Amino acid sequence: MTAAVGAPSELEVERRLYRRQRGRRSLIASIASTVVVVAIVYFGVVNTPGWASVQQSFFDPKTAADSFPSILLGLWLNVRILFFAAIGVAVFGTLLAVVRGLQNPVFFPLRMLATGYTDLFRGLPLIIVLYLVGFGIPGLGVFPRLPYAVLGTVAIILTYSSYIAEVLRAGMEAVHPSQRLAARSLGLTHAKTLRLVVLPQALRKVTPALMNDFVSMQKDVGLVSILGAIDAVRSAQIASQETYNFTPYVVAGLLFVVISLPLIRVTDAIARRQQRREQIGGAV
Amino acid sequence: MSAPAFRDDQPTSESAPTPDAVLELRGLRKSFGDQEVLRGIDLTVHTHEVIAVIGASGSGKSTLLKTVNLLEGIDDGQILLRGSDISDPRVDVDATRARIGVVFQQFNLFPHMTVLNNVTLASRRVHGIDRAAAEATAQTLLDRIGLGTFAGAYPDRLSGGQQQRVAIARAIASDPELLLLDEVTSALDPQLVGEVLDLVTELKEGGSTILMTTHEMHFARNVADRIVFLHKGEVVEQGAPAEVLDAPQHPALIEFLSRAAH
Repeated sequence: MTAAVGAPSELEVERRLYRRQRGRRSLIASIASTVVVVAIVYFGVVNTPGWASVQQSFFDPKTAADSFPSILLGLWLNVRILFFAAIGVAVFGTLLAVVRGLQNPVFFPLRMLATGYTDLFRGLPLIIVLYLVGFGIPGLGVFPRLPYAVLGTVAIILTYSSYIAEVLRAGMEAVHPSQRLAARSLGLTHAKTLRLVVLPQALRKVTPALMNDFVSMQKDVGLVSILGAIDAVRSAQIASQETYNFTPYVVAGLLFVVISLPLIRVTDAIARRQQRREQIGGAV
Repeated sequence: MSAPAFRDDQPTSESAPTPDAVLELRGLRKSFGDQEVLRGIDLTVHTHEVIAVIGASGSGKSTLLKTVNLLEGIDDGQILLRGSDISDPRVDVDATRARIGVVFQQFNLFPHMTVLNNVTLASRRVHGIDRAAAEATAQTLLDRIGLGTFAGAYPDRLSGGQQQRVAIARAIASDPELLLLDEVTSALDPQLVGEVLDLVTELKEGGSTILMTTHEMHFARNVADRIVFLHKGEVVEQGAPAEVLDAPQHPALIEFLSRAAH
């Protein structure tokens, strides 16, 4: 309450008091209900007949501590794969989106190719792409000694590019045609119009969707383990087979959650900020 | 195809370009499907001339401007910019558009760029002027139109009238040979129209060559050297504002003006 604005009227003071009281009551009710639900689930699980053995084979502190170093080392491979896959997806996905958006009839064959590609790779399960690339490409005999981590990265890029291309294309279509018109009327070429005017605006529109796909990719890099690359999941598998205990998988799972958390929070924040800005509205 | 306009002063395609003409339209035709929007337009815009195209909605005004800037292809005729045929398919459209400034009814500023970047975009990315020089020129321009303090702001912080003035600054930043203004005040609140019209008047005094469409008869009278009345895709009457507005001959123009007066 600043002096410049002046003291609120009695009516407003009474309204604020009411809002505060109502807010406090709602908060107490929501805390209470949350505590009750969590308690019911916890005691429900703990009191099941098999809880003791499940706890022993999934949540054993000793096994967790023993397997942690090797799993963390494996996670470093996941992080590296993620880094290169993200770059590959950004480049290839953008290229696909741009090709699919080409209007000129000259590019019809190219456009059909891109459309066919996205249709195919959005439909194919990632695990099958991993098998095809991971075991098929070495089978060709051209690159016989390519590491599985590299082949796995290629498979992830192939699959995720098709998703990202669709998201980007939706974003580009959401940019009003008058923006292209204005850019072209300044003498900008088609390519510069895309790069300087359409894509930057498209990216802003689809940032939450892109981040969501990135989080999803972050955990799917764990699937390269099926090719035999020693990543976090594979390390957990090895540790699990040595100890006859599933705890290493839980450790690996939690580590994946931990590395994705910061990005999930950032995604939420961006989405919130964007929503706020759109609610304010503007002439443009 | 409908019958060609029966005008005996129509120049033929082979004739030499008019010496001081910035823009010359010869027998311009354009159809959308069965709808013939431009039915053989002949129009010359001379250096430093301001021409206001008036006419009812659907008369082809906006399409006319779009064809001049090559944003819309034509079905027949010629468009000469300083004597060279820019409707020729061998012409570099981007280089041609860079010589013509356009201001749209809806401003169409780039919302992800600051005012300064909006104004300097073409200089930097089309004309290859380095950023410092482009920004200095743009800043001078923005100062002149009273928006110097908004250089670093994004368009959504500006009023409609301010946005339209920035759009005009963007269009004239690289000294176009011709300026096309398409209903530049139609999307503005009445109290914001004045500031935009004042700026256009200033441009005229500065010697700009302008082809515009407008609904503001009062403004057309004050600023235009010549008024062209477009009716069903044809130029049915043109001349000095006093002639066209005060002594209209064609029945369609008489009716149009009587409606516009109310």
